[in-house]
This record gives sequence, structure tokens and C-alpha cells, in this order.
Amino acid sequence: MRPVSYARATAPAEAVAAVAADPGGAYLAGGTTAVDLLRQNVLRHDRLVDIGDLPLAGIEETPAGGLRIGALTRMSDAAAHPLVRERFPLIAEALELGASPQLRAMATMGGNLLQRVRCAYYRDAVSPCNKREPGTGCSALGGINRGHAILGTSEHCIATHPSDLAVALTALDARVHTLRGAGERSFHIDDFLLPPGDTPHIENPLEHGELITAIEVPDTPTARTSRYLKIRDRASYEFALTAVAATLRLENGRISGVRLALGGVATTPWRARHAERLLLGAAAEPGVFDEAARAELAEARTTPMNAFKAELARRAVVRVLRTLAATPEGQA
Amino acid sequence: MTTHKPAARGQAATAPPERGPGPVPVPLIVNDVPYTLDIEPRVSLLSALRDGCGLTGAKRGCDQGTCGACTVWVEERRVLSCLTLAIACEGRRVTTVEGLAQGGELHPMQEEFIAHDAFQCGYCTPGQLMSAVALVREGHAGAPGEEADPAEISEWMSGNLCRCAAYPHLTAAIAAAAKRM
Repeated sequence: MRPVSYARATAPAEAVAAVAADPGGAYLAGGTTAVDLLRQNVLRHDRLVDIGDLPLAGIEETPAGGLRIGALTRMSDAAAHPLVRERFPLIAEALELGASPQLRAMATMGGNLLQRVRCAYYRDAVSPCNKREPGTGCSALGGINRGHAILGTSEHCIATHPSDLAVALTALDARVHTLRGAGERSFHIDDFLLPPGDTPHIENPLEHGELITAIEVPDTPTARTSRYLKIRDRASYEFALTAVAATLRLENGRISGVRLALGGVATTPWRARHAERLLLGAAAEPGVFDEAARAELAEARTTPMNAFKAELARRAVVRVLRTLAATPEGQA
Repeated sequence: MTTHKPAARGQAATAPPERGPGPVPVPLIVNDVPYTLDIEPRVSLLSALRDGCGLTGAKRGCDQGTCGACTVWVEERRVLSCLTLAIACEGRRVTTVEGLAQGGELHPMQEEFIAHDAFQCGYCTPGQLMSAVALVREGHAGAPGEEADPAEISEWMSGNLCRCAAYPHLTAAIAAAAKRM
């Protein structure tokens, strides 16, 4: 790792001022991305502001019945929290199916949303990569791309978004709260994790030095019957080839509420709104689930190596919806 | 996007004291013993433990957060010391495998690792032990009086790789130790 200076912040505004004032500055929280990629020369910050002591951990109910999850809450603590497990089981499942126990005990919820892609060409620090060195090209397009995205891609980048948590949060219309020099603001998660388009190096709308302070999950009664299904090459400790976050509510055999988001197949967590529209009001039958999944995946752009993901995702969507439809709690 | 009114000013005035990038004195408390190391901020906790404190139990396997051989505890959390900066551990209690035995008595987990032959080459063992004790404390080896579920133990040990593949013996050792902890 190149030399870095270090400071430990005691107040959020102090941390924001310190990083915003220095183009080489960055936050240090759990460190699972920052230390790893600084050591590999993929990130090149030379000043770290440690935010580990800031009072931004913890989970509380919002007046509107949702949850406000502090940005510095560890993934492990969020997954174990009784309110998360009771109201948003898909969040707890997504968290516990991600990374390893040690990484989850280190990594924070805010940091999870800022983790970098697992594309080997991005992480090797030498291959052409539009995300790491804008304008140099995308090595994955004609390279080893079995794990890469089939939705939300551009001619400049096809890296898959790696977070499981973000897929569950996308299904739940979560909001990301931030602090910058000019004050606080918040983003819908759809506006926070950006597709590559022509600017794959811009992954989110944060200004330099802007700090995530909390994630807010709105009250979602249907989420009590929810699932996060993750399909991967190993039984544990592996990124998704396909993942599905879903909630489902039935009334008299018809779908009265549904949320669907896909992971492991797109450049961002992929809210399957097309499928949701087809499902809402329809009969809860496997044929309907299948039709909705096919419609959502119709725009997939695959390579010879990752073409299997479209079929895998279709099957995963159908399986999750069938499972939820068979759950007694999903019936009104 | 919603914009709120600016945050209260006044606390933004002072910048936190900056240290480094050259060597700075970093006080650490490891296994209840105080050390002060002269190290750069970029030095990992793993390097500080091994090269600064002379505690070579935690092993450098991958040095990129993949293998778990460097697992130690910071406070009660099991963490990868290769992805942790030593300077970020100031003021926090660090425990390594050297701190498991108490008063010359091996920890029950260490005894069960021996009894169940839960290692071959032994390189991953310190990390396995630190994860294993944490796993029991986290409640993933069954409630007191209950039989542990081997699948649950395997899942919660998935961050510790063993290239000798002693996994079945590791799982058995952890289940046995859990009854004694």
C-alpha cells in the first residue's frame, strides 16, 4: 500500500470537512473495501479519515413505522437485529448470505452500498477499465465475463453490482441519507446506485466528501413475507450468479402486492418493475410467474459466457414466487 | 432527491489531528498487554501483531481478506487483521490466539481441536480457533443443552479456509467444545 495519513474523526461534520477539503481524502469505516483496494493500487487515496467513532451506528423505528439503520451499523449487527428479522426478513437473509462472518462483523451498512465491483479487470489495477481509468476501454466485453451483467450494461462497462443488501433495499424502496458541507439530503436507492452508461466511473451521486449517515427502509407490511434467494457457485462465501429479493401478498388467489428485485445479473440492483406490473392483480400461478420473469429478462444482453444467467434468473424468480405463494402468511 | 436545511454549524470548525504518513507511535492493547509501536498508518493489524508485537499466531495467508488465517478479535468481534489498520485499533482491545489459553490452561476449543485432530498442517488453525470461539459466543453452535447443527457450524465457519480440508474434524471439535463453554 502507498503511504497514507490517518485521522480519527469525532463528529460527522468534522469528518466531512476533512475529506471534502482534500481530493486525496477518503473515509475509513470497516475497511473491507478500502484497505483491500488501496493495497492493490486500485484506489489511490493518501489521506484516510476514520469514521469508526462517529455516533452513526444503531437501528431505530421511524415515526412512519419504518426503520432507520445507521450507516456505521455492522452488517452482522443489522442481520441479527430483532426488528430487521421480524419486519424485513429479506434484508437479514441478504446480509447473512453475503461475504463471510468476519467480513460481516467488520463491514458497515453504508460501506456496503459503496463496495466496488468484483470484475477482475477492474481489480487487477493494470487492464484497460473504464471504471478505474475512464476512456481506456472495457476488458470484460471481450474477456472472461461469465460473472458479468446481462441487464443495465453499456458498451463501456458490464461489471455486475456485487451487493446482496442493496438488492433487498431496492425491492423495499429504501432511501440513503447523506451529509455534505451544504447540509443533509437523501436519495431513493434507485437514484443512488447508478448504471454505467457513458460514465462507468461515476457509481453514485455523492459529492467528494459526502458521507452516508443512514439507510431508511419505509414501512412495508408485505415484507414480513419475503425472501432473498441467492444462487452461486459455492454453498457459502461467494458472490451471486443470480439473486432474487421478493415480497408477495395474495388475496383470494390473486396477487395484491409484490416487490421484485434481481441481483447478480445487472450493473445495479435491478428492480423488476416490468414483472411487477404483470404480476399485480394476476392469479398466483406458476405460468404467470414464468411469463413475468420472461418479460423482465427479455431485454437481457448476454455474452456466450454469461448467457446462462438469463435462464437461471428466470427459474430463480419463478422459484421464489412459488415459495412465497405457498407461505400461509402471504394469504390475506 | 430531497434537500434539507443545512446541518448545524459549529462542530465543523476543528479538523481531527492528522498522523503520518511516516511512522507514528501507536499504542495497542493485545491480550491485555500494552504495546507502543512506531509504525506508519498504512500498516495492517496483522503486520503490527506479527512484526511489532512478536505475536506470530495470526497467519498471513492471502493478505486480501479471503482466507481467514489472520482472524483475531477486536473487542468482541472476529475480524480479519489483514484488512484492519493497526492505528484504527487504538483504544480497542485486541485478542489473538495467544490470548486464548488462561493461566497455562488451554481453552476448551484448543483441547477439542487436539482431541478431534482438527488440523493437519496447522497454518489456518489460529484463525480457525478465533472464529470457532466467536461462533459459539454468537450462538451458532446450539443453545446450552442443545445439540449443535453441523450445517450451521459449517456456514458460520465459511470465512476460514483449510487447504488440508480438515472440515469434518473442525465441525466436530467445535460442536464438542460448545458443550464445555
